[in-house]
Amino acid sequence: MSLHRALAVLAAVTFFAGPAHAGNVLRWASQGDAMTMDSHAQNEGQTRTFAQQVEEALVSRKPDLTKIPGLAVSWQLVKPTTWEFKLRPNVKFHDGRPFSSDDVVFSFKRALMPTSDLKDLIATVADVKAVDSLTVRITTKGPDPILLDEITNIFIMSRGWADEHKVTTPQDYNAKQETYAVRHKNGTGPFKLELREPDVRTVMVKNPDWWGLKDNPHNIDRIIYTPIQNKATRVAALLSGELDFLLDPPVQDVARIESSGMFQVQRATSPWTIFLGMNAGRKELLSSSVKGKNPFADVRVRKAMNMAVDVNAITQRIMRGFAQPAGNVVPPGVYGYDPAIDVHLSFDVDGAKKLLTEAGYPQGFDVRLDCPNDRYLNDEQVCQAVVGMLARIGVKVTLDLKPRTLHFPKVQTKQTDFYMYGWGTDTTDAHNHLSFLALPTSVSNATQYVDQPLFDLINAMATEIDKAKRDAMIKEASIKLRDAYSYIPLDHPIIAWATRKGVNVPIATDNLPHFEYARFAP
Amino acid sequence: MSDLPVTLQVRPGYLWSRFSRSPVAIIAAAITLLMTLAALAAPLLAPQNPFDPAVLELTNGLLPPAWVDGSDTRFLLGSDDQGRDMLSALLYGSRVSLFVGLASVLFAAGLGVLVGLIAGYAGGWIDTLAMRLADVQLTIPAILIALMIDGLARAALPPGVHDAVAIYVLIFSIGIADWPQYARVVRAATAVQKTLGYVSAARVMGVPGPVIVLRHILPNVLTSVLVLGTLGLALAIISEATLSFLGVGMPPTSPSLGTLIRIGNNFLFSGEWWITLFPSLTLVVLALAVNLLGDWLRDALNPKLK
Repeated sequence: MSLHRALAVLAAVTFFAGPAHAGNVLRWASQGDAMTMDSHAQNEGQTRTFAQQVEEALVSRKPDLTKIPGLAVSWQLVKPTTWEFKLRPNVKFHDGRPFSSDDVVFSFKRALMPTSDLKDLIATVADVKAVDSLTVRITTKGPDPILLDEITNIFIMSRGWADEHKVTTPQDYNAKQETYAVRHKNGTGPFKLELREPDVRTVMVKNPDWWGLKDNPHNIDRIIYTPIQNKATRVAALLSGELDFLLDPPVQDVARIESSGMFQVQRATSPWTIFLGMNAGRKELLSSSVKGKNPFADVRVRKAMNMAVDVNAITQRIMRGFAQPAGNVVPPGVYGYDPAIDVHLSFDVDGAKKLLTEAGYPQGFDVRLDCPNDRYLNDEQVCQAVVGMLARIGVKVTLDLKPRTLHFPKVQTKQTDFYMYGWGTDTTDAHNHLSFLALPTSVSNATQYVDQPLFDLINAMATEIDKAKRDAMIKEASIKLRDAYSYIPLDHPIIAWATRKGVNVPIATDNLPHFEYARFAP
Repeated sequence: MSDLPVTLQVRPGYLWSRFSRSPVAIIAAAITLLMTLAALAAPLLAPQNPFDPAVLELTNGLLPPAWVDGSDTRFLLGSDDQGRDMLSALLYGSRVSLFVGLASVLFAAGLGVLVGLIAGYAGGWIDTLAMRLADVQLTIPAILIALMIDGLARAALPPGVHDAVAIYVLIFSIGIADWPQYARVVRAATAVQKTLGYVSAARVMGVPGPVIVLRHILPNVLTSVLVLGTLGLALAIISEATLSFLGVGMPPTSPSLGTLIRIGNNFLFSGEWWITLFPSLTLVVLALAVNLLGDWLRDALNPKLK
């Protein structure tokens, strides 16, 4: 491929020889765009990536996910159910409005509204009150041992700005609502949103007044993001020098990108689980010719589906080792993870067929699998492979591949029987995965599986502060959820980030880059 | 359209003698025939049914062709990431491509000939209306029309149903985009035939209009349709491949040549060249052979080039 090398050299030459551009421009790409700029409207990875460049939470995270002061400079527990936060003084929003406790109260109230996708995340929050202009108290319904982790996702908006642009309630994403906040952002963070063209281009520029600049003097002047869905195009863009950073190089191309000598690839195990969910609660499946009953309501069918999927073949062949097999939805890297629980049922076609026969489906049945084609690593190929594996036990699967913007609303409104989904940690605690993926109130759970003791256990875990007791609860709930087989856990991806040499973007294990930690070599 | 025959009586003997003297035509015809036969006999020839997801084994994925190290003799041309045998996928894929191509040409020609005959024979406002309609449609690129129709069908039909009828949606979208070509040629030929003596004679004898058109005029304009149809076939095959490449054609579970190229496109940089090369070559050879045949037929049937 000397042609590409030649092109890359040519591009590099024009890059350096071209007219002086405004400082360091970081050009990056990934397969799919953020769903909205309203950070309370969607709790989704790429949406949060954009949010955390422009907006800030009270408590922030570094790329290694450790917590550091954000818009709050200090905090303390004043009562078992009350946290007090001292806010950072002299901070201004990008539009010039001063930041105060009023904005914090407003943002939390907004994130708790019905159209917010974060309301489940901070469901334990009972009240948020301003004590003075730089002090805020958050009261929880019971003791919440992971409140600080939870609020790292609650980005602070300006009340004045929201009033001015009539965006005091979060966008109703699933109703396809358009608001000013869908294409505009006003935060306090290291970058300002300059241009937002969904699915085309998003441009952010350095915020010269950012409070963190003195401790973190980054040299990124401009960030240009381009979504590129096609894998080959994405790699070509990187190899030809059009990009400085590629978030998701296709796994089959990592070796080639590394061997070119012009790029570096960082790897990290991510606290994510990719899985398939089965709707066990519906009376009758939407997409099956089986009428009057729901095959997935029978635990034997769900177990058979789990046995028929060969997760080792998926991680080795399709993911080429860039994933480890999953047996549970709680991924490595989060508190409460137990490798002994994270074991997938042995791949056993005959055993699965036997279970299906026992359940009354000796000939199998038909169902539709809803899959995104631009969200997870090799999502389309994994779904295709699953179709083949299930065909071997007689389950005839029709594959419906859709871009993420059409796929996620389907899951969130529970209009699916069988779907691919992934969950990365918001809090680095197992409770996050368990509550979002098991509780029936969660928008991210379309399995509609009911087990009241499990729900009680998960809810009790949220307020338990005795560490040993809580650890035991996490373990019990993890096993209960796994053995309900309402999910088919597939894999925990190993993420790889490719950057052009001379640019450093420290890898974040949650796969969400923080560009204020990125640097251009001088 | 001046290079197309307007009135012509072709003797089979004449055509054959021209054919046997043209090596290009013989080779093109042989390749077309061979590929068509191979596609038709795909279930007999193919080692695997690539449309049956149950036979695909992931562990057989990404095997190189038989002459490369690390290959498996069961997979002569290698396998793709899902463990699909490339040779079988090509045979079945060309079957889909040829079927869609032929059916959409027949559909386009049928519609075009009908409109052309009516417009040419009736004249007047019917003629004007039909031809302006054709003009308007010709200003929109065919592939755009096909994309639009496929997109509409995708939105309107439930996904399960859409996959089952994907092939007919494709045929309709490609066919509907191409009818104006046939309509224009047939209309011109009909308008000329209409003024000839035998038509006037039939009219004087009291033969009804529809009968004159179908029994007397139609056979005399069919040669032009034949030429256009053969050339159109190559274009239709490419249109199908384009649509499938863009992801709006055949679903990945029953791939046509275009779908195979799209899948292979992901492996362009990673060294698994066979996944994209073989379907692309097959498409090129098939389209070229059909095109050459169509070209030759046009020359052979053109009285001005005799």
